[in-house]
Amino acid sequence: MTKRSFLIPGVDKRLLIKDSIKTMPDVTRRRFIAGGASLGALTLLTGCDVVDSSSADALLAKISKFNDAVQSFIFNPDALAPTFPESAITKPFPFNAYYDLDDAPEVDGEAWKLEVRGLVDNKKSWTLPELYKLPQFTQITRHICVEGWSAIGSWTGTPLRDFLKLIGADTRAKYVWFQCADKDGYNSPLDMRTALHPQTQMTFKYANDILPRAYGFPMKIRVPTKLGFKNPKYVMSMEVTNDYKGGYWEDQGYNSFSGS
Amino acid sequence: MSSLTVSDEQVRATPGKVIQPVWVRVMHWTNAVAMVLMILSGWQIYNASPLFGFSFPREYTLGGWLGGGLLWHFAAMWLLMVNGLAYLITGFATGRFAKKLLPITPAGVIHDVRAALTFKLSHDDLSVYNSVQRVLYAGIIVVGVLIVLSGLSMWKPVQLHWLVTLFGDYPTARYVHFFCMAAICAFLVIHVLLALLVPKSLRAMIIGR
Repeated sequence: MTKRSFLIPGVDKRLLIKDSIKTMPDVTRRRFIAGGASLGALTLLTGCDVVDSSSADALLAKISKFNDAVQSFIFNPDALAPTFPESAITKPFPFNAYYDLDDAPEVDGEAWKLEVRGLVDNKKSWTLPELYKLPQFTQITRHICVEGWSAIGSWTGTPLRDFLKLIGADTRAKYVWFQCADKDGYNSPLDMRTALHPQTQMTFKYANDILPRAYGFPMKIRVPTKLGFKNPKYVMSMEVTNDYKGGYWEDQGYNSFSGS
Repeated sequence: MSSLTVSDEQVRATPGKVIQPVWVRVMHWTNAVAMVLMILSGWQIYNASPLFGFSFPREYTLGGWLGGGLLWHFAAMWLLMVNGLAYLITGFATGRFAKKLLPITPAGVIHDVRAALTFKLSHDDLSVYNSVQRVLYAGIIVVGVLIVLSGLSMWKPVQLHWLVTLFGDYPTARYVHFFCMAAICAFLVIHVLLALLVPKSLRAMIIGR
C-alpha cells in the first residue's frame, strides 16, 4: 500500500507545520505543541509525513485492534474467574454509570420483554416470569471497573450459554450484541467465546434479591471475565450476529475485547 | 603493503574504549521513551479512580481522558515489555549483569553511600560501577520486573489469576503497581540529575564512549 503524501514539492515541512499551528485555537495549539515536543510522540510517528494527532489516534486504534486479537488468543474458555465467600462481598456495592442514580432507567417489569434477534431458531420474546423459571445459579465474583476500582458482589441468574442453547442460537456466530434502556442508548458486543463461558450469566438477582434498579433491573449480563462496562444493565434485547456493531464505550475508544 | 591496511596494534590503540555497547544504548533510550509514555498514561488512568487523596495534574497526563490514556498505556506496554525482555536476556547472556552489577556487599554500599553524600565518590572509570550504582541499577531492574508483573495481573486477573495470587489479590496488585511507579519516578529524578552532574556518563550512553 502506498502512502499518500500531503506535501507539495518545494514546501518546507517544518514551516508548513508551524503555519498550520498558528491557525489552531489557542488551547489546541498549546496541547499540540506540548504533546508533540514532550512525549516523544514524534519518535513513535516516524514515517508519517505530517505529524498530527489524528495519525497518532489511528496508530493507537490499530494497536487496540491488535490487543483485541492478543486477548482473544490468551482467553481460555475454561479459566474461571475466582469466586469468593459471602463475607468478602463489598457493602454497599457501588452504583456506577455515566449518569446519576436518579437518571437510571426505570423499566416496567410487567411490560418488559426480552427481545431476541439475529441468528437464532426461536425469536420469541421472553417475559420476566418466563425467564425466572429457568434454572438459576449464584456466583460471588469480583467486578473490575475500567477505571481501576473493583468490588465483590453476588449475582444470581441463568448461564447465558444455556439460554443460547435453548433458543437455538448459532454459536458459531461471532457476537451476541446487547441493547439496553440506558439514556442515550447503551449497547455492547460480547464475543461468542465469552458468551459461552460457564460464568457468563443472565442476571436477575443481586445478593439474593430481585435485581434493584441501581444494578440493572430487570436484567443484567454479568461477565466476570470482562471489565465492568462489558456487563450491560437494563438489557432490552440481544442479537446473535456475525457483524461487529460497536458499543457505547467501545465506539469512544475503550478496548473492545477488554477481557480480564 | 598498502598504506590503507590497518594493523591489529592500530585498532587496539583506537582512543577511548566502548563503555556502553550499542545494544545497551538502543535499549536504554527505547526504555526511556516507553517508560515516559507508560508513566504519563498511567497517571491518566490513576486519575480516573485515585488510590490516594490526590490526582496528577492534567498537564502531565497523556491521552486526554481515561480511554485515551488506556490506549497509550496498552500500546506503550508492548514497547516496554519487548524491549525489557530483550534487555534482560542480553544482560544475562552476555554476562554484563554479573560483571557490572555484582558483587553487591553491605560494606561496599555503606562505604560508597558515605562517599557519595560527602561528594567524594569518584567517577574516574565509567566502566566500573560503584556500589551505590550497582544497588540502584540492580534494584531498578527488579522494580521493572515487578511493575510489569503487577501490571499484567491487573490486565488479566482471570487468565493470569495465579499471578494475582502472587501479589495477594487484585487491589494489592494495584498498590504494588503504583509504588513501583513511584520508585521508578524517584530513580528517574536521581538518575537524570546525576547524569547531568557527570556529563561524560550521558555522552557514553549516547555515543558509547
